[in-house]
This record gives sequence, C-alpha cells and structure tokens, in this order.
Amino acid sequence: MWTIYKKEIRSFLGSFIAYVVMGVFLVLTGLFLWFVEGNNVFDLGVASLQVMFDIAPYILIFLVSAITMRSIADERKLGTLEIITTKPVTDTSIILAKFLAALTLIVFTLIPTLVYYYAIYQLATPVGNVDTGSALGSYFGLILLASCYTGIGLFSSSVTDNQIVSLLISMVLSFFFFAVLSMLGDIAWLDAVGRSLSWFGLEFHYNSISRGVIDTRDAVYFIGFTAVFLGLTKLVFESRKW
Amino acid sequence: MSIQVDNLSKVYGKQTAVNSINFNIPTGEIVGFLGPNGAGKSTTMKMLTGYIPPTSGGGSICGIDIVEDSLEVRKIVGYLPENNPLYLDMYVKEYLTFMGGLSGVKDVNKAVEHVLNITRLIPERHKKIGQLSKGYRQRVGLAQALIHDPKVLILDEPTSGLDPLQVVEMRNVITDLGKDKTVLLSTHIMQEVEAMCNRVIIINQGHIIADDSLEALKQNNDLGLEDIFKNLITQKQID
Repeated sequence: MWTIYKKEIRSFLGSFIAYVVMGVFLVLTGLFLWFVEGNNVFDLGVASLQVMFDIAPYILIFLVSAITMRSIADERKLGTLEIITTKPVTDTSIILAKFLAALTLIVFTLIPTLVYYYAIYQLATPVGNVDTGSALGSYFGLILLASCYTGIGLFSSSVTDNQIVSLLISMVLSFFFFAVLSMLGDIAWLDAVGRSLSWFGLEFHYNSISRGVIDTRDAVYFIGFTAVFLGLTKLVFESRKW
Repeated sequence: MSIQVDNLSKVYGKQTAVNSINFNIPTGEIVGFLGPNGAGKSTTMKMLTGYIPPTSGGGSICGIDIVEDSLEVRKIVGYLPENNPLYLDMYVKEYLTFMGGLSGVKDVNKAVEHVLNITRLIPERHKKIGQLSKGYRQRVGLAQALIHDPKVLILDEPTSGLDPLQVVEMRNVITDLGKDKTVLLSTHIMQEVEAMCNRVIIINQGHIIADDSLEALKQNNDLGLEDIFKNLITQKQID
C-alpha cells in the first residue's frame, strides 16, 4: 500500500499539481481574507480567520476534485489498472493509498495558511487576542471536510475513464452535500424535513466543529461519510468482476 | 503442473467468451495460445492472473487456486496484458522500482538491475516511458512482468505492433526465459509459434479445438501450421 502511496505523492510533485494546488489555495484565501472589499479583516475589524474558513470549503470543492479526477479514471483509460490489480495487492489497499495520498496533499496545502494565523495573531489588540480554539477546530474541520471531498472525488474518478466527467461529477456531488443540503434547512415551507435534511449536509457539521468544539458526533459523521464513499468506490472498482 | 485449468468458463451477459476449457501445462514448457480475435484468449489469461474471476470452473498455478488464493498466485505469475499499458510520464527505472515494490520484491534495486539486463534496457533506464519507441516500451512491459522473478509468465500478444527486427529480438528473449520458466503466450501469428513454442493450444469461439505438440500437429495433418489453423477453424464453423 505504501508503494502506491509514495508513487501517488511523487506524481503530484512531479506533475506540478501539488504546487499549483498549494499556490491557488494560498492566493485565493489570502485575497478573500485581506483584500476583497467589504468582507476583509480590516473592514470587519475583527482579528479572526473566519472569512477564510467560510470561503475555504468552496475553494476545496474545486481543488480536491481537480486532485482526484485522474487518480482512477486515468488508470482505467491507460489500462494500467489491469497491471496494478494483477499484482499481489488488494483493491482496498489501492483505494486507501490513493485516498491517503490526496488527503496528505490537502493537509500540506492548508499548512502555509498558518502564516495568516500568525499575522492575525500579531494584529490583534492586545497581541494574541484571537480565538485559537476556534481556529484549531476550523483547521481540523477543514481536514475532515477534505477527506469527505476526497472520498467523493475518488468515487467520481472510478465511475468514468474521462477526467473532465470525473471532475464535474465530483464538484456537483461535493457542492450538493456541502451547500445544497444545508440550504434546504433554510427553506421555510420544508420546516422540520428541511432541517433534518440539513443535518445530513457537510456544512452543518463543519460549522459545528468550526466553533472550536470537537463533538464526537461530528467526527463520526465525517469519517462515516468518507467511509461510505470509499466503499462505493471499491464497489465500482470491483464491478469488473461481475 | 505449472498451469492447470479445469472446466474454466466466462460468460459476459448472454455471451459465452470461454466455454468450459481444460488444459494442463507442465513446468518449463513454452505454450502458444492461438486463436482468431475474440476467441477467448485474453479472457482466459485475465482469469488466470486474477483480474476477473471465472463464471464457473477454475484452475491452479503451481498448485495454488486462482480464485481462492488469487493474491498468492499473483506473486508467482508475471503478466503482460494486451496492448502493454504503461504510465507514460514515469521514468523506466522509476516504473520498474514501483512495480517491484508492488510485487513485494525484497531487494528492489537488484531486481531492477537484473530485469534491465535481461531486456537490454540499461541505456534507456533514465528515459521517460513516453519517449520510448514501441519496441522499447514492449521491453519495459516485459521487464515489469519479470521483476519478481515469477515461475510462470503469461504474455498476451507480446510481439504485436513490433517491427520485424524487434519481433526477432523479443522472441529470443522469450525463448531464453522459457529455459527456466513456464510461458503461456497468446498470438495470432503462426510464425511466432513455430519460432518459440513446444506446444500449441488453439481456441476458437471459447472452445479448445486443438492441443498438441507442434510436431504432432504437423505430422498428423501433413500441412503447414497456418493451414492446420485455417482448417480447424473453418471446420468448427461448419459444425
């Protein structure tokens, strides 16, 4: 399994995908946090990374889908899937290796934004007057959220041999589970039904963790969500055997 | 027996690709698996290597069941799939190291050196696979199949698309390998079989229609292999 993990990481680094993803994330979150009129840190006058944590899930939808779009689709197209699946490794370890490699890249994408945390920390009056707990929770939430997106991305990549199709499926599914479900909660006439549907959405649990309270229910939800999509990926992966 | 196949069948939907075939290959033989396109050659090989499971029947390689112990079988089988799929953006050496790791080879560097030698790829080892010509790519495919020093080699059309010189070279490599390994190779080129194989299995529409040593086939029919093949296949279609 680690052989495939290492190969995936190397291919991210070798194809510049890694640098582009890291750069794009840092630049976009930076723009929203410091420069975009009306909502940036200076306009709000609050020493908090909340702006970044509000926009990051949407940027990640795009980036994670881009990272995972080729992971299985490309192997299917090239035919190399037949090579790796006839080596002494299980389908499960192939999927897990690809999942962990993509997630590792996302974690390393988040790390440079700690610079922003430091800046906010210095800007606050008095220095250090920031809600560290909330920021930590939000970072943790972003990682869990990214793991769900990665699950969706791998699943989308497994159902097609076309990278563009995979990218689109992954973005639509991620957007649906993050934003659409939680929007349903705000529709008045759906009432209780809408609110319970929003509980199934990723945003509900992300917001909950963002407050800095790590609730086991939220963690279980995120991990379960990821597991379901990885399970679906395995199912599609094995459909050649039917 | 190196390869044993018992009543092996594969049905796709309503179409029977392989229909209850039986054959045995003892250790150290090079066997040609012949048949027209769509006869079931690749499907049989995919089942032997554990890519797809059989619909019914089964088989074993070196006494290990191909369905029950698929992972164990894969450790002793080297497989070159049809069309030789490769990661075009990887370097030759990098790719072989990756494949060695996947196959559970202990001393990967040594194994990579060894297969680079056998397939005469040493000068190309630092090139990207995508830059190589078809003949070299085929050698990389073969090197990948050899990386874990398998007891059994299953090669699906190893010489397709090569120029005449490359074909001769590939044949020599395979003949050399056949000295201490069991080889099952598929092709639809007759000269190929005559040049390399001790034995021929001919398959058509999922049935085995001939399984004999090359000499016996020629003696019994008093014809060239090409004519024997044509006769057998047309006979079957009339039946």
